[in-house]
Amino acid sequence: MSKDFLKDAKDHYDVIVIGSGLAGLTSANILARAGYSVLLLEHHYQLGGMATWFKRRNGHIFDISLHGFPIGMIKSCRKYWTQEIADSIVQLKGIRFENPQFSLRTTFDRQDFTNILIKQFGIEEQVVQEFFDTARKMNFYDDQSMNTRELFQRFFPGRDDVVRLLMEPITYANGSTLEDPAITYGIVFSNFMSKGVYTFEGGTDKLVGQMKAEMEKNGVDLRIRCLVERIEVDAERQVTGVVVNGRRIGCNAIVSNANLKQTVLKLVGEEHFDSEFVDETRAVRLNNSSCQVYVALTPGESFEDAGDLLFHSEHSGFDIDAMLRRDISSRTFSFYYPKTRPGSDRHLVVSSTNARYEDWADLSEEDYQKSKADLVESTLDCLQQYIPDIREKVDHVEASTPRTFKYYTRHLQGASFGTKFEGLNVSKSLPEHIQGLFHAGSVGIIMSGWLGAVNYGVIVSNNVDKYLTPAPAQV
Amino acid sequence: MIAEDIRQVIIDILARIAPDEDLSDLQDDVAFREQMELDSMDFLDIVMELRKQYRVQIPEEEYEQLISMSSTVSYLMPRLKDVESPA
Repeated sequence: MSKDFLKDAKDHYDVIVIGSGLAGLTSANILARAGYSVLLLEHHYQLGGMATWFKRRNGHIFDISLHGFPIGMIKSCRKYWTQEIADSIVQLKGIRFENPQFSLRTTFDRQDFTNILIKQFGIEEQVVQEFFDTARKMNFYDDQSMNTRELFQRFFPGRDDVVRLLMEPITYANGSTLEDPAITYGIVFSNFMSKGVYTFEGGTDKLVGQMKAEMEKNGVDLRIRCLVERIEVDAERQVTGVVVNGRRIGCNAIVSNANLKQTVLKLVGEEHFDSEFVDETRAVRLNNSSCQVYVALTPGESFEDAGDLLFHSEHSGFDIDAMLRRDISSRTFSFYYPKTRPGSDRHLVVSSTNARYEDWADLSEEDYQKSKADLVESTLDCLQQYIPDIREKVDHVEASTPRTFKYYTRHLQGASFGTKFEGLNVSKSLPEHIQGLFHAGSVGIIMSGWLGAVNYGVIVSNNVDKYLTPAPAQV
Repeated sequence: MIAEDIRQVIIDILARIAPDEDLSDLQDDVAFREQMELDSMDFLDIVMELRKQYRVQIPEEEYEQLISMSSTVSYLMPRLKDVESPA
């Protein structure tokens, strides 16, 4: 008989959270901390969603999500998680760009970028300051008609080298393009640019382990290997529970950290919504997916300081289409040193590229394996520029594709950054269509990435709490 | 609660949100944001904390009432008048 992963689960909870990405984890933690009974359901055997890791023989541990998030993560982790988690956040100071247009290394903060733009790119100081001030002042409520391309055009006309410097890291961090609204760029960029790029010392496994401990302390009922099949809605369009692993569990509210389109169209079902809302949901575009190559050096082997994050491209000019193609010319290398996981002696490299699901979806098994092997070989070839003897030092190497991401996250088309900007409206208005149903997850750039996911989890928890709080007793 | 109690409640909440700030010289008539580093998430925390402690529901369109200490206190006065003062 198969193991019952819902053994001793209650028949009813105040809140059920579907999915344990960072937004789901944060919602579960905050709502449990506020005194609600919370059930967290994750289909995978590990918590974290895209904030995850895997282990291989010889004790190698690979992190999946690109290491690097804004300084705001320290504050959010302290407020919504623990001081201990916040204290493990450290700065990554070696951010590199290597491409046909320029080669540079930066600490990735406003001051350093200002120096580089003035000295290396010959931009006037006043223009640089005005650009930074404009990006920083951009507000979520501002006019959304200007796109990012137009923003760059205004300040740096004809300078696609500058566009590349300012845009490439953001594209890798959250999948955004030049066609996205300028405010989404402005907000994310200023978050990042204020004080550099940060990561967790100890790795994603340590982080998620600490989050798990905190949730258990706050009373969250955590269940892995529990796949939600359906969200149950009554005739009044109010959530009443879920069906998970074949069992029905009741609840007063649901936070879905599943993909937005999946939540509406599959888990609830379009028959429970007005047709306009269904159309609006269908029209939401998914973000692209990714390919990664994981390279572990033989224990005891090492490489010289190659930086922490390296944006490599062989393409001249910033070109999103080229970044997504299967004949990859652009990669981001994350270099991991023993300092990443204190106590470890390992040197690792993770190469990430943005990728399209449709380029990988229909390959035969044979072609798929061959394409993965090609990806590994071309990545190692490329890596030789930075670590010349990498091939002699490799102990383990493997690749993941949009198919891998789809399998583990169950996101439509393996989308690694949720949905495009228009997803935010659908996500935010969901509770107006189904009472007690909330969505928290990567939508629309601002609410994506490490910090965006955590903060969106908090914003949604506030709405859930508001929904579940009875009006004050009248005296 | 009287104005003085409400002010102390807000000070306690701020102290948790921004433990590194010195709140002893906070000027009540000046916007919080001009005196300390508070972002929109911090204001959300104030709203959540008030709901948790006193069941005060503050609609999103009224968040702007929380701009300074004096505006916050006058906004909360009628809403917290029946709450007993802390001992």
